[in-house]
Amino acid sequence: MNWMAWTLPTALFFVAVASALLVMIVWELRSPTLTRRGFLPMATTRGDRFFIALLASAFAHIAWLAVSDGPVLIASGLSLMGGFVLMRWG
Amino acid sequence: MHDNRAWFGVLPVLLIVSFSAVIPLITVVNYSVQDIFDVDTRLFVGLDWYRETLRDPRFLDALLRQAGFSILILGIEIPLGILVARALPTEGRRVGLILVLMAIPLLIPWNVVGTIWQLFARPDIGLLGSFVNGLGVEFNFTANRLDAWITLLMMDVWHWTSLVALLTFSGLSSIPSAYYQAATMDGASRWQVFRHVELPRLKSVLMIAVLLRLMDSFMIYTEPFVLTGGGPGNSTTFLSQYLTTMAVGQFDLGPAAAFSVLYFLVVLLLCWLFYTSMTTNAEEQ
Repeated sequence: MNWMAWTLPTALFFVAVASALLVMIVWELRSPTLTRRGFLPMATTRGDRFFIALLASAFAHIAWLAVSDGPVLIASGLSLMGGFVLMRWG
Repeated sequence: MHDNRAWFGVLPVLLIVSFSAVIPLITVVNYSVQDIFDVDTRLFVGLDWYRETLRDPRFLDALLRQAGFSILILGIEIPLGILVARALPTEGRRVGLILVLMAIPLLIPWNVVGTIWQLFARPDIGLLGSFVNGLGVEFNFTANRLDAWITLLMMDVWHWTSLVALLTFSGLSSIPSAYYQAATMDGASRWQVFRHVELPRLKSVLMIAVLLRLMDSFMIYTEPFVLTGGGPGNSTTFLSQYLTTMAVGQFDLGPAAAFSVLYFLVVLLLCWLFYTSMTTNAEEQ
């Protein structure tokens, strides 16, 4: 695995993403999702909202890095809040 | 109760995708946070390469150029493709022949298309270049930025308008003749038939055409590389070419990896928009 040039932060990041996916799978098996309409302009499943939240978080971090020299954890915090809002009311 | 055994059927695909896409992508992400020459010579730099790339004027210029190219391409190819499709005969033996002829540009490899147009547009011996110069209009796509852009746009329009035309033609063919008969009885003009009968029914197929061309033009590499090499200056250097120069030419693996991740995210966003608009459209219909 040395050829993949792992670092601790990236390993933690991917473990977090994989864990979130596992949680989503278990959640889906225990309580299958229903398509619903929230504030997003289309009907979404739980997985759709999770994907949108991940993509939105990525772009929130990109925007933060582009305009600010401040700690990136602020962008991460905002992304977590945004993700919650998307999952709950999206 | 759901039967989830079918998921075992997609396991081979998941494995192949893991090895061909996911693992390489993870590796690129790992590279993007390090100042790396090889796996034994590396230093963790956090998100510095992302910050640097996002503030790099050459990256932003290439991104703007890329967006401008895609918008121009869509603005030309979509209306032109619709015009061509509407002008095609709908019945008779000629239809098949015309469709085959129209599909030819789509079958030509991209580097060959670049070479064809490089020769075609050459100001000294090229048919187009020498003809335009012969008219007294100075044309040299290797030295003039505007000429380079015009040549590039013409090449892409030549290469891909048939795709839009063929998709639109298939959409037009699926409209029942009763709609046209009703429009004729109501005395509708050609424009009214297009606006109120054809366009609403072409919505899905045009959405496919727009998004295919948008994604494809956003990832264009081979044709401009062969035609202009990104020049004159950097005037036709798009994202993929700048990325290749950075990764292969300069061997800046860390910044190139950060660039790749950003580029990937933009393309992923476009793909998602494509998928969502397609599925939402289908559900509404």
